[in-house]
Amino acid sequence: MNTTTSSLPMGAPAPAVSARRAMRWPWVLLAIALACGLLFVLKGYQLFQATMVLAYAIALLGLNMLTGYNGQISLGHGAFFALGAYAAGILMEHAGAPYWATVPAAAVVCLAVGYLFGRPALKLEGLYLALATFALGVAMPQLLKYKHLEAWTGGVQGIVLIKPDAPFGLPLTQDQWLYVFALGVTVVMFLIAHNLLSSGTGRAMRAIRDHAMAAEAMGVDNRHYKSMTFGVSAAFTGVGGALSAIAVQFVSPDSFTLFLSISLLVGIVVGGVGTLWGAFFGAIFIMFVPNLAEQVSKAAPWAVYGVVLIAIMFAMPGGVMGLLNKLRARA
Amino acid sequence: MNEFLHQLLAGLATGGIYASVALALVMIYQATHHINFAQGEMAMFSTFIAWMFIQAGLPYWLAFAATVVVSFVLAAGIEFVVIRPMHRAPELSVVVVFIGLLVIFHSLAGWIFGYTIKPFPSPFPADAWFASPLMSAHEVGAIVVALLMVAMLFAFFRFTPLGLAMRAAAQNPASSRLVGIRVGRMLMLGWGLAGAIGAVAGMMVAPVVFLDPHMMTGVLLYAFAGALIGGIDNPVGAVLGGFLVGVLENLMGTYVVGTELKLSVALALIVGVLIVKPSGLLGKKIVTRV
Repeated sequence: MNTTTSSLPMGAPAPAVSARRAMRWPWVLLAIALACGLLFVLKGYQLFQATMVLAYAIALLGLNMLTGYNGQISLGHGAFFALGAYAAGILMEHAGAPYWATVPAAAVVCLAVGYLFGRPALKLEGLYLALATFALGVAMPQLLKYKHLEAWTGGVQGIVLIKPDAPFGLPLTQDQWLYVFALGVTVVMFLIAHNLLSSGTGRAMRAIRDHAMAAEAMGVDNRHYKSMTFGVSAAFTGVGGALSAIAVQFVSPDSFTLFLSISLLVGIVVGGVGTLWGAFFGAIFIMFVPNLAEQVSKAAPWAVYGVVLIAIMFAMPGGVMGLLNKLRARA
Repeated sequence: MNEFLHQLLAGLATGGIYASVALALVMIYQATHHINFAQGEMAMFSTFIAWMFIQAGLPYWLAFAATVVVSFVLAAGIEFVVIRPMHRAPELSVVVVFIGLLVIFHSLAGWIFGYTIKPFPSPFPADAWFASPLMSAHEVGAIVVALLMVAMLFAFFRFTPLGLAMRAAAQNPASSRLVGIRVGRMLMLGWGLAGAIGAVAGMMVAPVVFLDPHMMTGVLLYAFAGALIGGIDNPVGAVLGGFLVGVLENLMGTYVVGTELKLSVALALIVGVLIVKPSGLLGKKIVTRV
């Protein structure tokens, strides 16, 4: 592997000018208002799907921080998604924790595990890091099935959870409340991510991606930032996993196969590597395109999926956000 | 002791298959600096093509040769149609295209040939002279085929002008173009060779694991690990790494943790090795000027 030139992603165009940033707020408010509006439009299963999109969006945001903003590739983020989901499941099942408390708990667990994984992985770059994270993604379902952990994880059967009711006597169905809850968590997580990435820490992360040695020379502590980014990224993905566990009301090792990790990677690339809002487009893609593909061809749905994927990469190699940025630059 | 030897040799036999796929990965990596995640599925598809030829009544070695040729053309075609237009795209987008190819081949194979598990013949008769109680004829044959392939590749790259041109195109495309090497054609050739090597690997693994669309998923993983542990830019290292991973996997599964965790443990070990030796056992340490 080439050690200096960071061959990884190209990220978003240079941080927007502050004037443009000020212009963004109305859009964000509009998006939140629209998301709230969905609450009354969607029903039952659709609300569940919307909740899952939010959960995936948070997870994708986490992966994008690591891969898009810090230049460390991960093929195993499904493992952290699983860890978050299991942390939530085990806390609710065995410790009787309320559902809302499991989300920050999952974040803490994943932060710790992510940091501990990121620390030795510092030595690995590019493909080698891809292999190490790949190994993590492969190992996680097997570990969850491991018979000595069965008392906690429920083995192959997994854990069945209970759907929470709306608190304070709010006139919302369970699905609606869950969606509101997920929306709240999403807003908070995006706010954290936005502030983190536009702070000095975010600049340090990007500097490491663009030129690790130059960053080091300017006094950025590469080791600290890289392993911390790994931890924070894992925490975000874990929060996404916890939300999805509460929404699905079920965790089992077989829901977190390698395919999930690969889907997450596909999600950030389709949304736009190194962008904040790309996470939503990526989440919509991984949530809906497999189903759509199945409607197009029952016999070979994944062939359709693959063709769509390749077509998207041909049409917009920078993902949806890359395309939007290009259009905006032209306008 | 006998049991241990048996496990060791069985590990070598599967290692030979990993080595072949690892070799195909290294081929494409050397030419384009991409890891072809679809390599395993392409090999699986090639094996189905071989199965089709054999079903049509062709004798084994004729079907073998025909499959190698078809796979070569198919892989070169993929390079031309799908990969070449992406040469300016960011690396991760290319990775996603490979994932797309992976699911397409997987799904197409299931659709065209069905998901039922099919037996696949071995070219080496069970009572051949090189069969022994410790190793079946097919195991010996697979190892010999893998070693033969790496020897041929080595000779090709080392001693032929075409091999030299390919190495040049991989190392420095701009300068190669200036001295008249057609870089695009070299990349296509590299992909074709990788496709052909993968096909051979597929036909060697199919008699052992039987033929179905899931055949190569695990193999690709081990091959990837083997290629990295040996050094991704070194064909000899890749083959060595492949054998090592095969042996490690078998011994771990038998003596240490049992079959359910053997994949995880083998991978953890590999990652451990990489942390100590980040560019693989035989990989070149690349020093770049800043």
